Amino acid sequence: MHKMRRAAVRAAIVGAAILGAGVAGTAQAQAPVKIGLVLPYSAGPFVAIANEITDSMALALEESGYMAAGRKIEILREDTTHKPDVAQAKAKKLVFEDKVDMLVGPVASAELTALFDFAHQAKVPLIIPNAGDNEVTGEKCSPWVLRTSFSNDQIVRDMGRWMAGKGFKKVALLAFDYKAGHQLMGGFKKPFTEAGGTIVTEQYPPFGRLSDFGPWLGKIRDAKPDAVFTFFAGPPATLLVQQFKEFGLDREMKLAGAGWLVSPLSLPSQGKAAAGVIGVLNYVPAIDNPVNKSYQERFQAKFKRTGSEFGAQGYDTGKLIHAALTQAGGKTDDKAALVKAMHAVRIEGTRGPLRIDPRTNNVVQDIYVFETELQGDKVGYKVLDRIRDVQDPPNGCKLGG
Amino acid sequence: MIIQLLNGLQLAMLLFLLSVGLSVVFGLMRFVNLAHGTLFMLGAFVGLSTVEATGSFWLALAAGTLAAAVAGGLLYLGLLRRLQPAGPLKQVLVTFGLIFIGLEVARLVWGDYAERLPGPASLAGATEIFGVYYPTYRLFVIALGLAVAALLHFGLERTRLGAVIRAGVDDRTMTAALGIDIDRVFFAVFVVGCALAGLAGVVAGPVLSVYAGMDMGVLILALVVVVIGGPGSLKGAFAGALLVGMAETFGQVWLPEVAGMLLYGLMAAVLVLRPQGLLPAGPRA
Repeated sequence: MHKMRRAAVRAAIVGAAILGAGVAGTAQAQAPVKIGLVLPYSAGPFVAIANEITDSMALALEESGYMAAGRKIEILREDTTHKPDVAQAKAKKLVFEDKVDMLVGPVASAELTALFDFAHQAKVPLIIPNAGDNEVTGEKCSPWVLRTSFSNDQIVRDMGRWMAGKGFKKVALLAFDYKAGHQLMGGFKKPFTEAGGTIVTEQYPPFGRLSDFGPWLGKIRDAKPDAVFTFFAGPPATLLVQQFKEFGLDREMKLAGAGWLVSPLSLPSQGKAAAGVIGVLNYVPAIDNPVNKSYQERFQAKFKRTGSEFGAQGYDTGKLIHAALTQAGGKTDDKAALVKAMHAVRIEGTRGPLRIDPRTNNVVQDIYVFETELQGDKVGYKVLDRIRDVQDPPNGCKLGG
Repeated sequence: MIIQLLNGLQLAMLLFLLSVGLSVVFGLMRFVNLAHGTLFMLGAFVGLSTVEATGSFWLALAAGTLAAAVAGGLLYLGLLRRLQPAGPLKQVLVTFGLIFIGLEVARLVWGDYAERLPGPASLAGATEIFGVYYPTYRLFVIALGLAVAALLHFGLERTRLGAVIRAGVDDRTMTAALGIDIDRVFFAVFVVGCALAGLAGVVAGPVLSVYAGMDMGVLILALVVVVIGGPGSLKGAFAGALLVGMAETFGQVWLPEVAGMLLYGLMAAVLVLRPQGLLPAGPRA
């Protein structure tokens, strides 16, 4: 916790430095491009993620000296305090008072609706750097809301076929009983059963109430699956990874899941119990490409820990925005043209080649299957497979493109 | 099946450690200390900080128990004793307010994040029992709960202090009239109950996660235990904890849709059929 607080202070200093740089920039002929970050910096379970996104985005923008097409880039940060109404009020302040050219946020779906509605009505580009709700780039999509992170379905869609192909024919599902849990399990299940797999049991413990996986793990053992496919993140992920081992289930089956289960943010508290878990995600620190290597080197030099998937998304978001601003010749008055520029650019990110699909406004990216393993006395990652160019079908989105 | 039985038993022992103090205090002083869960949380957090500082789970166990006992003692002397003339309702309301104060203080001191209290290395891993692998630490929780229950049973049934406490539960005016300083007995019982809540907090740390607000869920379960078992009764708390632990564990897995209802249904049934609880305290035949 102290670490988090220190990280927050650090982020504040970075933010202040950025603001300072921005103010210096206004002295020049052209006004700066303003990007408003609306993230839960002070409260709730996502403070670490908000800081990770902000810090990594700063790393991306530093590379160009906070300049795009001759204009200074200025970052403004507002704290949602993990409340939807505050998130919307802060977004309004950024747009109407500070006159930002685009918004970046939030972390989780709870605040997304509030930001989404505002951006859609105000016709301000909103770039989502993390939240994965399928509908936002599916049936509910907006021409003003773009996503640089992932949709839940995009993460797991190809995993069922992959696991069935590797001989995991009988799988148990386990996720919290809420929207993201059902989206990720549902997205895995259909292709998996179509590929000949069987779901032997699926369980959805109540979200927020549960603090012991014992009963659920007991039921999974009785169902005798080849593997368990899960979606958990943060403290519950740590609890599950450790209890899976304590109950000796690792002797009988494989633990797998959406890769947040063994995120770099959780690995330190999970310890060696995290070794041998299979994950599927849009990013893993072990990805072997020059952009990722340089990102990890700089992140680790600055923050003394491994950059996570949230950081990588923040970095790539910064790169995409920078590329789009350059493409638009630094012009930001025409917001529709700005969105078009976001659609037009192609970048090499930490996750490989990235672009925004004009049909859905969701990112098109590679998805990685990886496994955690003991490397020396620490747990690290090994990439098992790379699924290229994963693109969502429109899913009811009528942007056409 | 065996795993679920063991899971149920383990949860029951945690609930017993937590609710036995609540129950006996209720029986003696006729009011529910709603801040009991807060002391459980305090024990867990102090245990967590101790483990982080020293790396020793056993030190954490001692520190968490002690912290809850001291906090309970101060609470009794500073607030609850003064409020005694005002009647039980005021006392309950004050302890209700303390829940929220405790929550905010925990947030301020320990932050907003859930952390797992690491168990002792000597109890890591799984042990084979009845043909299944079961986490060794959880077997320790079961053993600890049974040991505390046995100790308390002996203390209440076989010692002079136990006799005084039982007399106090039955009729405190009469007990006081016999020349027994009932206030001191109250204080001792209250502090021991709080210490057990702190102990339960540390013991729960490796099984559940430690976070601000962890007290709410277990407090409700503990209150159900007290109501089902019958206030003031050690055997009642034990039986109630077993019932609630098993109902909660099996309900969650077999009937997840109605798991919450199952528990309160059980409580309602007990209240209708045996309003005094399953094994109430009181004069024995």
